[in-house]
Amino acid sequence: MAKSKSRRPPRIGDAPVFRNTMIAVVLTLVALVIIAPLAVIGYEAFSRGIAYFGKTIANSDTRHAILMTALTALIAVPINTAFGVAAAWAITKFDFPGRRLLLIVIEIPFSVSPIVAGVAYLFVYGLQGLFGETLQSADIKILFALPGIVLASMFVTAPFVARELIPLMQAQGRDLEEAATSLGASGWRTFFFVTLPNIKWALLYGVILCNSRVMGEFGAVSVVSGNIRGQTNTLPLHIELLYHDYNAVGAFAAASILAALAVVTLIAKVALERRGAGRVRRPSLAGTAPDISETTP
Amino acid sequence: MKIRLDTVVKTFDTFRAVHGVSLDIESGELVALLGPSGSGKTTILRMVAGLEFPDGGAIYFGDENATDIEVRHRGVGFVFQHYALFPHMTVGENIAFGMKVSKTKRSGAEISERVAHLLRLVQLEGLQDRFPAQISGGQRQRVALARALAVDPKVLLLDEPFGALDANVRRDLRRWLRKIHDELGITTLFVTHDQAEALDLADRVVILDKGRIVQTGTPEEVCRAPASAFVMNFLGDANRLKVTVSDEKAQIHNVTFEAPDIADGPAELYFRPADVTWREDGHGIQATIARVIDRPDSRRVLALTVDGQSIEFDAAPEFPFRAETRGFVDIRRPRVYPA
Repeated sequence: MAKSKSRRPPRIGDAPVFRNTMIAVVLTLVALVIIAPLAVIGYEAFSRGIAYFGKTIANSDTRHAILMTALTALIAVPINTAFGVAAAWAITKFDFPGRRLLLIVIEIPFSVSPIVAGVAYLFVYGLQGLFGETLQSADIKILFALPGIVLASMFVTAPFVARELIPLMQAQGRDLEEAATSLGASGWRTFFFVTLPNIKWALLYGVILCNSRVMGEFGAVSVVSGNIRGQTNTLPLHIELLYHDYNAVGAFAAASILAALAVVTLIAKVALERRGAGRVRRPSLAGTAPDISETTP
Repeated sequence: MKIRLDTVVKTFDTFRAVHGVSLDIESGELVALLGPSGSGKTTILRMVAGLEFPDGGAIYFGDENATDIEVRHRGVGFVFQHYALFPHMTVGENIAFGMKVSKTKRSGAEISERVAHLLRLVQLEGLQDRFPAQISGGQRQRVALARALAVDPKVLLLDEPFGALDANVRRDLRRWLRKIHDELGITTLFVTHDQAEALDLADRVVILDKGRIVQTGTPEEVCRAPASAFVMNFLGDANRLKVTVSDEKAQIHNVTFEAPDIADGPAELYFRPADVTWREDGHGIQATIARVIDRPDSRRVLALTVDGQSIEFDAAPEFPFRAETRGFVDIRRPRVYPA
């Protein structure tokens, strides 16, 4: 390859030693860091057979944790979706003072540790917190109850939908909306018939990411939920409890549910990306299917 | 519908895009806003459409003050440079969109009949079920026009309508747009930076520079009598020679030109490359040929005057002279502007 008189001089990184080393390093790391733990979860969960797995899942505390997680997602995801769409729409289609600031503020949950959010909620809604006494006298329970869990989850996942939509909507510009209004369409009509159809795949992708993060959130929720078994335990918290109880199979079985969710999310992600989500380009129903060979060498 | 702009002003942040522009557009007229980029022409068009609101002045549609009417109630048809067709709708759905959201309710049959009619008008029969991504650029722009016409606009506004198309398609579409305009008689205002397009298409050309109107007139008026050196330069190739004016006469090397109403002192003499005759002797400005460039229909001669100012002129394909030849340039139709 590296012969000095070769007619085609090797490009950088073309030497086989270099190439194979790189590939080997990456594959080893992927196997050790990502594949192995997931395989262990699957193996351990079913290590005592499917019947035992079913029994573990059917445990009332586990069922309640699953219910809590689903309930949290059912509330938090739609609210954050509405928030994300509104924020992306405002940032990309209007000019207003503080636009750049809003863009930065939306990113905060990405850069701050979730536990900080949890502690912050303690200070605001806790007994010794800002609104603690008011809330207690009004007999409203936010902390150590579902509202606290939902709030903490919402904080952590606030940026997901907006982050998916903003680059796409920025690339799409305002022409389509201007065209629709110049033709006499109202704001709502423009949104539902012109904007939404052009962002739907990216939106769905953002919703799926948001959902998987809500269901998997541990740090912020563990601070505000109080970890009461059978009452305020979400699935990730419950897994930790089971593990501390030396119930490894139960922990792995519950974890396998979250892992299965991750797999579903991945499949949805790949499927949606093939439909144009996550690409900074106007997706087109008429466009040809993207060339997959480009992404999978 | 007659349109009147009355000292319209628009400022973006600190940049004054439009300085007190006043303009009357007669009903049924086809007017071009012509200017270089940054001259404010698109801003003016968007203010007429209601996509931007002026900071000062007023815009009248007929006798009605339309300044504060929002775009969806203004009744304009707007055609965007990059078409802005809805990519998720077919050609037919794109054209029908305005009728479906309109307050004047139309039945489904009525809408589809009108879509078919508009498709015939823009010569795109049979493409109704294609998506915008499946048709060519020129076809997309015609769909955009049909979509704008579907809502019976009082005014048709086009923002660089042919800017994204290649030269041949542009020329065909220009002629075709003129034909459509003559058929429908709708008041039309379009923006372009291409002087050939403006002169080819418009009844009247409004030339803009730095947010101000510098000249308004028919293509003939602006071509034959450019009001300033800027207009002279912008409309086409022009040569510039430094001259000295005294007593309304411009002087350069013993050659004098009429310079009515020009103050004494240094000035600039402009002329088109086609308005030059090369002479081996006799009168004219003494010059030396520097280079001859061949073109399909003529020869372009680059020459230096005796005091070192460079000029270019067109000569017949048979022009026999080569570089280093000395002679005289005889200038026809010179125009003198203050320096």
